[in-house]
Amino acid sequence: MRIIDSIEKEQIRQDLPQFSIGDTLKVSVKVKEGEKERIQVFEGVCIARKHGGISETFTVRKVSYGEGVERTLPLHSPLIAKIDVAKRGDVRRAKLFYLRELRGKASRIKEKEYRPEKKTGAKK
Amino acid sequence: MITGIIGRKLGMTQVFLEDGRVMPVTVIEAGPCSVTQKKGVQTDGYDAVQLGFDEAREGRTNKPMSGHFKKSGTQAFKVLREFRGDVSDMETGQKITVEMFAKGDKVDVVGTSKGKGFQGVMKRHNFVGGGATHGSMFHRAPGGIGSSAWPSRVWKNKRLPGHMGDARVTVKGLEVVDVRPQENVILVKGAVPGSPSGIVILNKA
Repeated sequence: MRIIDSIEKEQIRQDLPQFSIGDTLKVSVKVKEGEKERIQVFEGVCIARKHGGISETFTVRKVSYGEGVERTLPLHSPLIAKIDVAKRGDVRRAKLFYLRELRGKASRIKEKEYRPEKKTGAKK
Repeated sequence: MITGIIGRKLGMTQVFLEDGRVMPVTVIEAGPCSVTQKKGVQTDGYDAVQLGFDEAREGRTNKPMSGHFKKSGTQAFKVLREFRGDVSDMETGQKITVEMFAKGDKVDVVGTSKGKGFQGVMKRHNFVGGGATHGSMFHRAPGGIGSSAWPSRVWKNKRLPGHMGDARVTVKGLEVVDVRPQENVILVKGAVPGSPSGIVILNKA
């Protein structure tokens, strides 16, 4: 178990920000076209986080030209260049699948009041 | 040099490839093994070496086995397996480590599958069974198992209910994803027979 944990730990990315369900994210995904590699930004609401550890995935939903688009990505995937948190959402569910039934104004998410995050290890 | 090693399955996890794909891997603690006995055509009728894996604590070995290990000059082991092949360049006491494999190699993995107990034909032999509802009175039974006057008996090897699992199973051609000599660990693509902590044998495919 110890060895498997260490193998997983090596791959877990520490450079990603903390985010939770309901947050609006800008996910920069590396896209390979032939030889060239470029970065595509996918902006939307995080509606789910599943599993844990190395196999954790998250789902981002946006409405593009009136059509709902969802992308589920492994959180620790090397294809993710970076994740920016654009807005902190205030929601009461762990999974926001109800957004799929809502359109326009109804699908807005209340923004979370700003609370400074506790820095880990600052306590001495 | 022989092409195999003894290992212990530690469990499964996943590894990211450079192109973002996720590869399922089995983590196997393989070796270090010591050669505890060398067999030859003259003495035994065939060429082989006996490898020992997983050191046994002192006092945990019975007298006949202690004598065997004393003769080979190695420490005592819990697991002994024989490997056939060209052993002309091998000596008793020689260490075999996971470094014999490299990334990208193909290996055959032998293990003991998980025991399933006494199982019916649907689980054991993938029979389709009958309908569950709509008045069906035929559910999971095997159905007819032969003909009548001739042959007047059931054919040998007829697939019937019985004990399933807990058998030696070989999975062929698994890719080596990573080798970690410091930890004596090898990562193999896909699943390997048996439960974690089960003994497996890795052979170059």
